[in-house]
Amino acid sequence: MAVVSRASVRILEHDLLVFRRGWFNYLLAGLSQPFLYLVAMGIGLGLYVNRSGNLPGGVPYLDYIAPALLVTQAMMAAAFESAWPIMSKIEWDKTYHAALNTPIGALDLLLGDLMWIAFRTTLLSVLFLLVVLALGAASSPLVVLAVPVAVLTALAFAAPIMAFTATQTGDGGFNALFRFGITPLFLFSGTFFPIEKLPLFLQPVAWITPLYHGVAAARELSLGRVEPVGLAVHLAFLVAAIGVGVAAGRVTFRRRLVV
Amino acid sequence: MALVAVGESIWSCGVDPAGRRYHRSVTETMTATTIATPADSTTALAASSSAEAPLIHARGLRKCFGAFTAVDGVDFDVAPGEAFGFLGPNGAGKTSTMRMIGTVSPVTAGTLTVFGLDPAREGARIRARLGVVPQADTLDNELSVLENLLIYGRYFDLSWSESRRRAKELLEFVQLTERSNDKVEPLSGGMKRRLVIARSLINEPSLLLLDEPTTGLDPQARHLVWDRLYRLKQRGVTLCITTHYMDEAEQLCDRLVVMDRAKIVAEGSPRQLIDRYVTREVLELRFRRTEDEADDSAHIGNKLEGLADRVEQLPDRVLVYTADGEAAAAAAYERGLRPASILVRRASLEDVFLSLTGRSLVE
Repeated sequence: MAVVSRASVRILEHDLLVFRRGWFNYLLAGLSQPFLYLVAMGIGLGLYVNRSGNLPGGVPYLDYIAPALLVTQAMMAAAFESAWPIMSKIEWDKTYHAALNTPIGALDLLLGDLMWIAFRTTLLSVLFLLVVLALGAASSPLVVLAVPVAVLTALAFAAPIMAFTATQTGDGGFNALFRFGITPLFLFSGTFFPIEKLPLFLQPVAWITPLYHGVAAARELSLGRVEPVGLAVHLAFLVAAIGVGVAAGRVTFRRRLVV
Repeated sequence: MALVAVGESIWSCGVDPAGRRYHRSVTETMTATTIATPADSTTALAASSSAEAPLIHARGLRKCFGAFTAVDGVDFDVAPGEAFGFLGPNGAGKTSTMRMIGTVSPVTAGTLTVFGLDPAREGARIRARLGVVPQADTLDNELSVLENLLIYGRYFDLSWSESRRRAKELLEFVQLTERSNDKVEPLSGGMKRRLVIARSLINEPSLLLLDEPTTGLDPQARHLVWDRLYRLKQRGVTLCITTHYMDEAEQLCDRLVVMDRAKIVAEGSPRQLIDRYVTREVLELRFRRTEDEADDSAHIGNKLEGLADRVEQLPDRVLVYTADGEAAAAAAYERGLRPASILVRRASLEDVFLSLTGRSLVE
């Protein structure tokens, strides 16, 4: 990507320097979370779902939700990372303002922290993938490609949320964002059941959210049921969401930080 | 006579001896850390010649936020090697001016060049040569003291090893070496401020912008900061300082502008400003007020009529501007005034500000 400037890499370096202190706990949490989720929902809840004879996609429930949870976990982490920590850099610790007194510009901050979120969600997704493989929840080697899909999905949320964060003066808006945005998406974007089971009027709503496309793409790869055109549409949708988010963030970051 | 003694003792613990002390300490410690600046001794000499282009050049500079005008058409030049100050109360437009110079705030109207460059188009190039000490500390609480400097050096594109070398030198310079591996949060206000100053020097800037460098610091911490700034000045670093402390302006600035309500109201060296706008000495009289304040003021005003160049009545005291404070005090006594306390002191920038605006500087 031509947009990755040397200055934005410096911001990524900053975040990695901070990460050096907490990486072990982070990796530990990154392994235990998916394990707990997959055992509880995939195996535990799956025990009942599998008996229903009405399996979504005709596969064991664990196999159905594993790729979806891989993607939603990345999305959740990205949403969080682009809200409170960014607000702190803008408003509370004001470290963005310190960086702006160097040759680094507002767009570099946005891109640098997006790279950081990409790095972090890559780590998380790889760990998740290891748990999925350990539990035998993937039926195709293509499942490894669910990792980049998860990272794209994460960025499709991170970019617009960072743009939003730069318009806020406190964290009040984040509660609404998570309550009415992120959590419903997590539950209703085809994660736990197909969106065809949603009321008819809600289906298009689910369809336009990036999470639906990330989940659908990851699931196709994991189950080895790739439809090239469908997959291309899903990926194009994610890339478009990132593009819109970066374009918006470019404006809101500048407006907020260079006044 | 005792009155004068009081005045002088106040004076002597104020500005002048401290200033002398700086001169001494600088010559003693020039060997300490060598921070190579583009302005070495030869260029510093050249800087004093008027032929050199100004580092900062502003004409009719304006900054508006919507309908609010923060800076209303100011003109000034800052020459290489000088210590230039913006003195004024909160809200006078000092910080807005500094932010425009720092290229983090777009100019609304007028001309501004920094190093001869246009901030709107060459912001990154300007910032590469600039050191900035912002009003808020903006330190990274997630990093250690040393790491704060290290990453800042990276922002200026230094290699990790070069950044580390400079960071260690600078921590020595601001006397924070022992705290290198500590977190930033538990540092005292003075230490944080010194760390921010160290951070601003990591790119070896030839121009340092300091926005209220000692606000909120205790006297010891202020003097330590002043001392470090004075050393930088001796090395030829150009300083651009905002302050609302007159003693700070008198200590550090070769030349300053007084800002009030978005405009520059006076310009000159501290001494020139004092000579131009106030008398050599100031007699401060405090009275026990009776019920009717207006009546009091009129009464005091009448008594002091013709006794001094100018009389300023403040809520808590009366300032009598005169070449000879002692004589004025005696004359006032002769005319029957019985103040509760009398103080004769040398005029300061505070008096300049008062005489220019009729208001106290620190509000």
